[in-house]
Amino acid sequence: MIMKNWQIPEKELLFSGHAACQGCGGALAMRLALKALGENSVATIPACCWTIISGDVLYHALKVPVFHTAFETAAISAAGLKAGLSVRGLKDATVFAWAGDGGTFDIGIQAISGAAERNEDIIYFVYDNEAYMNTGIQRSSATPWGAWTTTTPVKHPEDKPKKNIDEILAAHKIPYQATVNVAYPEDFIRKVTKAKNVKGFRFIHIFAPCPPGWKMASDISIQVARLATQTAIFPLYEIENGRNYTVSYLPPNKLPVIEYLKMQGRFKHLKEEDVEHIQRMVDENLDYILKKHELTHGTLENIPRPEFYK
Amino acid sequence: MSIKKVLTGNHAVSYGAMASRVQVISAYPITPQTQVVELLSELVADGKLDAIFVNVESEHSAMSACISASAAGARAFTATSAQGLALMHEMLHWAAGARLPIVLADINRAMAPPWTIWTDQNDSLSQRDTGWMQIYVESNQEAFDSIILAYKVAEQVFLPCMVVLDAFVLSHTSEPIEIHDQEKIDEYLPPYRPMVTIEPGKPIGYGALAAPDTYMEFRYKMQRAMENAVEIFEKEGKLFGDMFGHSYDLVEPYMMDDAEYVIITVGAVTSTARVAIQELRKKGEKAGLLKFRVLRPFPFEKLRELLSGRKKVAVIDRNISFGHHGIFYQEVKSALYPLSNRPPVFGYIAGLGGRDITVSDVVDIYEDMKKRETLEEIIWKGVKL
Ligand SMILES: Cc1ncc(C[n+]2csc(CCOP(=O)(O)OP(=O)(O)O)c2C)c(N)n1
Ligand SMILES: [Mg+2]
Repeated sequence: MIMKNWQIPEKELLFSGHAACQGCGGALAMRLALKALGENSVATIPACCWTIISGDVLYHALKVPVFHTAFETAAISAAGLKAGLSVRGLKDATVFAWAGDGGTFDIGIQAISGAAERNEDIIYFVYDNEAYMNTGIQRSSATPWGAWTTTTPVKHPEDKPKKNIDEILAAHKIPYQATVNVAYPEDFIRKVTKAKNVKGFRFIHIFAPCPPGWKMASDISIQVARLATQTAIFPLYEIENGRNYTVSYLPPNKLPVIEYLKMQGRFKHLKEEDVEHIQRMVDENLDYILKKHELTHGTLENIPRPEFYK
Repeated sequence: MSIKKVLTGNHAVSYGAMASRVQVISAYPITPQTQVVELLSELVADGKLDAIFVNVESEHSAMSACISASAAGARAFTATSAQGLALMHEMLHWAAGARLPIVLADINRAMAPPWTIWTDQNDSLSQRDTGWMQIYVESNQEAFDSIILAYKVAEQVFLPCMVVLDAFVLSHTSEPIEIHDQEKIDEYLPPYRPMVTIEPGKPIGYGALAAPDTYMEFRYKMQRAMENAVEIFEKEGKLFGDMFGHSYDLVEPYMMDDAEYVIITVGAVTSTARVAIQELRKKGEKAGLLKFRVLRPFPFEKLRELLSGRKKVAVIDRNISFGHHGIFYQEVKSALYPLSNRPPVFGYIAGLGGRDITVSDVVDIYEDMKKRETLEEIIWKGVKL
């Protein structure tokens, strides 16, 4: 095991005793994010699995305060906390919203758009497990094409592509946004640290596997998350001011999407032509992001392709 | 030094918020509330009010911003009407459940459809059971004063408070107002001292999951806070009078000492009813008026004391609970039920959607009540059939 490249802060701000399932990407995401954010932070969490994970009224698993808020209010709740702390002179506190994909792509998008457009000084995290998991795996607009959920049953699986939330945020020209993946902790920490030091609205889109929701064993959670980036299903990149795109990492050998899909029960019903369709969409999307990178940097040569992650 | 200004009800509310030194304001425009927030945003931008104005994209977000700001320890304010208040509904429960002393001015406007911008109370009364305190005001002076009083009470019982005034009749009508001396207001209303705050270094969960073994106690405590609020309203209303010359109560009698027949009104129509009562008195009638000012907390004792032994009571409701009857009528009847010498109470629905309620309408209602022998479930006044 080569660990020498790892630069993950040791200090933990999320403790055992939280209520997440085994292999929960959302729990690992919080653990990593807090390492980068530090203790001078406050969180607001809308309805989602994390409402439960953080603990009930009698105990609390995090070393930072959490204000629980309604499903569609994460972004404005963070902005309100920031305003309240500012008038009390606590201007340097990092205020972040922590929401699921449903709370972000669907019901919360109005408040996000408003807060992003006003450039509220907050960090918005979405841990994307690609469905409403808390209520029992119903589809959201983050559910990928072809996936099974309890409201897109096997006979009629999801027939719309995943909403491109990153482009929606980019259209707001926010100072900083990035995609991260719990299977790439260094990249994750680096981007959250960067976000922390930017002023204005920042958006971090986290790829967060959900073993029960994706119908897979909990011990392959990280493996599957890693495959999502290695197949370019979930590319890692940053956007600054809605204009400058930087791809953070390209897999040395891009794997076919089937390598990712076949690990998960939610894609078990897919036929060959379905897989081909997904492959085409994934290739198109990667192509688009690479073009944006090239437009920004004038080259693709500067994209890291670390063997380390292989 | 106090100063006199001629102000609309809306601007009286804005000045009331400024006098209360609100720290975070978040609001969204809707007729007839708009001038409240226009003036406040200007006062903030001009540096006359040291506050942050969060210029949100909806009322739902306006209330959410106030909630979080209040949880972070700031004094928060918003104002809205009708559709805007209805859109806030989920967050009104949130504010009360989180025990945050936010003050909201609701400029009463009837609910659509059909579209309307004129006054009635169905918007605020639809929020009756959210855990908000509610004050209904009669004049612009009372609107100004009640914002300050609302914070004073809210911040002692940790419940939010709504100050409710009629669209146009008050919101867009100018009256001379006394803006009390700021130093004295500061003495009356010291800075907000929160119970708990969300801030770095205090790792708590606020509003997390409560299982059946813990939830009910949160609600019990809310009810106890409401019950305590009655006394605090009385005490603070009196103190307000001692300091500023006009005291306030939860229900306020007018010519009630020897009154046999009583009319109960809410909001601006009370002023109209005062004139009607004067006219009736001139004719030798033993008429009295009861102004219903604070609906939540409910002034059980005062109301019973003031109404027991009267011959008859008429309640004028500018609202309706469809399938039942006027909401203040329901509330008054249920409060009087335990009394052995309770008077018969008649309920009149009038003035929905801003239809005028005139002095002669009130006189008519009085005479109609006097004549009636049997109770009717609902009596409509002024509806065109
Ligand atoms: C207004 C409102 N509608 C519906 C719900 C029920 N609800 C709670 S969590 C949730 C799903 C959350 O999904 P997501 O945001 O993806 O987070 P996850 O549960 O997957 O972590 C739903 C529908 C609610 N709490 N509030
Ligand atoms: Mg989800």
